[in-house]
Amino acid sequence: MNVTLQIWRQEGPDVPGSFKTYEVAGISEEMSFLEVLDVLNERLVTQGEEPVAFDHDCREGICGSCGVMIDGQAHGPQLGTATCQLHMRKFESGSTITVEPWRAAGFPLVKDLVVDRSSFDRIIEAGGYITVDTGSAPDANLTPVPKPAADIAFDAAACIGCGACVAACPNSAANLFTAAKISHLNLLPQGQAERWARTENMVEVMEEYFGSCTNHGECEKACPKSISIDFIAIMNADYLKAKVKNRRLVAQ
Amino acid sequence: MTLQLDAKVPPGAIEDKWDNHKFSVRLVNPANKRKFKILIVGTGLAGASAAASLAELGYDVEVFTFHDSPRRAHSIAAQGGINAAKNYKNDGDSVYRLFYDTVKGGDYRSREANVYRLAHESLNIIDQATAQGVPFAREYGGLLDNRSFGGAQVARTFYARGQTGQQLLLGAYQAMARQVAAGTVKLHTRSEMLDIVVKEGRAVGIVARDLISGAITNHSGHAVVLATGGYSNVFFLSTNAMACNVSAIWRAHRKGAGFANPSFTQIHPTCIPASDEFQSKLTLMSESLRNDGRIWVPSRIGDDRPASQIPKEERDYFLERMYPAFGNLVPRDVASRAVKRIVDEGKGVGPLRNGVYLDFHDAIEREGRQVIQERYENLFEMYQRITDEDPYEVPMRIYPAPHYTMGGLWVDYNLMTTIPGLYAIGEANFSDHGANRLGASALMQGLADGYFILPTTIGDYLAGFLGQPPVPTDDTAFGDAGQEVRDRVDRFMSTRGSRTVDWFHKELGKIMLEYCGMSRSEPGLNKALSEIPALYEEFKTDVRILGTAGGLNQTLERAGRVEDFFELAQAMCVDALHREESCGGHFREESQTEEGEALRWDDDFAHVAVWEWTGDPAKPELNKEPLTFEAVNLSTRSYK
Amino acid sequence: MESPVSTTTEQRRVPWPLAFYRSAVGKKWVMALTGIGIIFFVLAHMVGNWKIFLPDVAGVPDIDIYAEALRELLVPFLPAHVALWILRTGLIVAFLLHIHAAYALTLMNSRARPEPYQGPRTYVAANYASRTMRWSGVIFAAFLLFHLADLTWGIQPMAPETWARGEVYANFIATFSRAPVTAFYVIAMVVLGLHLYHGAWSMFQSLGINHPRFNAVRRSFAIGLAVLVTVGNAIMPLAVYFGFVE
Repeated sequence: MNVTLQIWRQEGPDVPGSFKTYEVAGISEEMSFLEVLDVLNERLVTQGEEPVAFDHDCREGICGSCGVMIDGQAHGPQLGTATCQLHMRKFESGSTITVEPWRAAGFPLVKDLVVDRSSFDRIIEAGGYITVDTGSAPDANLTPVPKPAADIAFDAAACIGCGACVAACPNSAANLFTAAKISHLNLLPQGQAERWARTENMVEVMEEYFGSCTNHGECEKACPKSISIDFIAIMNADYLKAKVKNRRLVAQ
Repeated sequence: MTLQLDAKVPPGAIEDKWDNHKFSVRLVNPANKRKFKILIVGTGLAGASAAASLAELGYDVEVFTFHDSPRRAHSIAAQGGINAAKNYKNDGDSVYRLFYDTVKGGDYRSREANVYRLAHESLNIIDQATAQGVPFAREYGGLLDNRSFGGAQVARTFYARGQTGQQLLLGAYQAMARQVAAGTVKLHTRSEMLDIVVKEGRAVGIVARDLISGAITNHSGHAVVLATGGYSNVFFLSTNAMACNVSAIWRAHRKGAGFANPSFTQIHPTCIPASDEFQSKLTLMSESLRNDGRIWVPSRIGDDRPASQIPKEERDYFLERMYPAFGNLVPRDVASRAVKRIVDEGKGVGPLRNGVYLDFHDAIEREGRQVIQERYENLFEMYQRITDEDPYEVPMRIYPAPHYTMGGLWVDYNLMTTIPGLYAIGEANFSDHGANRLGASALMQGLADGYFILPTTIGDYLAGFLGQPPVPTDDTAFGDAGQEVRDRVDRFMSTRGSRTVDWFHKELGKIMLEYCGMSRSEPGLNKALSEIPALYEEFKTDVRILGTAGGLNQTLERAGRVEDFFELAQAMCVDALHREESCGGHFREESQTEEGEALRWDDDFAHVAVWEWTGDPAKPELNKEPLTFEAVNLSTRSYK
Repeated sequence: MESPVSTTTEQRRVPWPLAFYRSAVGKKWVMALTGIGIIFFVLAHMVGNWKIFLPDVAGVPDIDIYAEALRELLVPFLPAHVALWILRTGLIVAFLLHIHAAYALTLMNSRARPEPYQGPRTYVAANYASRTMRWSGVIFAAFLLFHLADLTWGIQPMAPETWARGEVYANFIATFSRAPVTAFYVIAMVVLGLHLYHGAWSMFQSLGINHPRFNAVRRSFAIGLAVLVTVGNAIMPLAVYFGFVE
């Protein structure tokens, strides 16, 4: 099949960018979208044009490195799928595909389709962990975790940190990412000790970099792991509690 | 033999060695720990867990990753699980049994004392991870669930759906993030180590390139830890992430670190077969699928009927036929070779006839779709996304692919390489898996090294340097190393050839897969050893890298990694040629039983082959660490 | 990386309600709570005004009696007008907070994406109502001022020429005999319906009200409320204009 790619090219953060159009002919529908970019890059290098920079690594939808806007959708038209797992059979031969980087103040552009997502690391550093020094853990089966709680915590923990939620959100909000990370720990018994401080700190660092949630639900659809916006509601509830809770009371 | 290969295995009975060692190592006073700077390269399970643990102890830690976030390291893609001898299932497991299974699974080419320690620490890993909030699978009563895995007859594998590696890595990453927030870990992202710095025989720092600005910077520390993973990408097509590479450990090797058993690579039996020439990587389907899936091919060559229309009696469930006791659960090397044999006979299935069926029909009938879905949902979804086929209805197609490298930098019991002050942990070292790694043991090893072993052993080395500041980064040692790195970058940028980096990588991969892949022979290896240098020469003069070195340049990054693969590939072939026996994942066609099984030669090859850099990648110098087995008797593996 | 959007954490310690309101999550709480207050007012206002459909009592329109009773609310426990003014104050504060929070969040969101997407967007979940909240809000606020000038304050030319204080029923008939005014009211109610279609669903999320058992009915609730408010209010001007109420 043949496709026309309209790709955002930008040398660096301080130079203006623009779309450039490339015809890519003779590809197979078994190929992944990133493999099409590989083919394009091979041809560009041969023709003497600098290849398109894009982030990618595991190519099995788990590392969260890849991610571009494809035809105005984060990770492209197939829901619940990271860019690397998107295959060309989802496109018609002859179609024009627009490819743009994530755009958000919290994700400043580096080059072409590459953005800097280190703001996500700052959110985790603000409290996205359970304090347990190596060696100090009790036996793993000491604390039973009801299966429904373990399952829902896992649903939240499935987040791959790709940033699609921010990219898709009309407000560039990172509430789905932050809520998933908070909920993963807040829903487990192990996470209770730091629950309120964690929620408060992570939400506030998030708001330094990202917009606010107005409940469009666009993030949930863009999420390659289909993480539910229910977690945002859980976070909102916990945030208020974090502000009013008497943290000296043990019963949480 | 010029390398000093003192494994420093502690005295005593196998189960006492680690305790004895912990008592005998020198300690660093808590108040003094902050005076020692440790540089850690890589943020996978091993690197992140080591960074977190060392920082908790009070050391001054700096961490380097070429990813944009530490959480992207390829440990994240491990699916199936992590072994631990908890015996929660009451099925007869013990530390000793896990140790025994690992030594046997590795075909008696690993160091006993290290393996026993690994099995012992496995218990602590599960406790640590659970306390961190890693959401392992649980029973309805709220306690942890286990499943069985290839090469074991007990259920000792802890898992988190099909994303165990992800969850464990997030646990380690979050523990490290806590230390970053506390200021005890300094994080350098998008920063690639391009060389280590050695002064007076000791590792004293690294040279790194900032991938965004292109700046080449020096970093100095009392010790350097390489946690940079494996090198399966030498085959180009592997299950490793695109950026996985050998460069860090290869650069260390060139600076004097012995490289052990480079030819020991694991080919994982259950991967999705390649679909076309543009394939950029292969995707693993967790080994856990073999618990419920049955592997088969049509008995008749050229049987093109859809799987569902082939009656049971016309199917060859060849693993169950060949290995009745373990059936579909034989170790990876055994399964991979059997699959290759069947496909080579022409019985392969799929459009390119390059796979075998992994069929869940019987399991779904027996347990119900709901149960199977709960166990493997994300794997089935991933398979469907890639192939557009529904594994609930149509059997999966699988074929082996390079997956893990047991070889790596030689390390002693303290995980220190032959360069004092330079440590290698996780997949980057060679120590625990011998010639074949059992399923669910990679996560175990990475975390054991990072959480528990290195933090104990590194103090023994550092204690000798109390009061000495790190070597300043303007020292001549740094100047030389930095200049070498800059010269190399300039050389790449000025080559201005005609072919792309990936083209060379693919060609190299084809040679390696053909001659140094699942089965190796003397003529094949010799052929590879003549073809690789020729291709490498072409690479040096004809590679084309556009753009500048003064900013993000992904082609330039890859060029350095591919060049190191060219040198490593030759060492792998030399090592494979040297090891005339078959063992584990290393199969020499000249050394097999009548039934085509691996045939070991313990008298000649019960040693670790440690290669020393001589300046000529095709002519490394061999050093041997003899392997002695006191606790386990050397015997022929049998999974029948 | 600098914090490009806000610096909540670096500000000095303030009492928790203020700190809470400083955060975006807190503002969304406030928007939801004030929204609920306004919804209750809108419903009560609507039900009260339905009195125009009732017959006169002793020659006085029922709605005029109702309006007077509002002023006399809680008399003799409170002097006349006091209870009404307490309610009015609450309502005004709710509106002001709702608007301030919306304004502040809009600013924050525009800072969060200084450079918009250059290619076209494809939305999957975000709908017309959710993406036009700030416009439906602004239009409704403008309508509200008109409405107050028309029927509460009697300011020309918004109010009908015959406007007189206390003559609720007569003013009502007079204002909706004018076609443009009726049309404006009806359009405003449709806009309010759109605003509620998203807002009455969104408030559950903002308040963290999330339970597997009830999640499915949140959307139906919002649709039901939006339809009720739009239709329930729009029938009054329409009934007057088309002569069903004289």
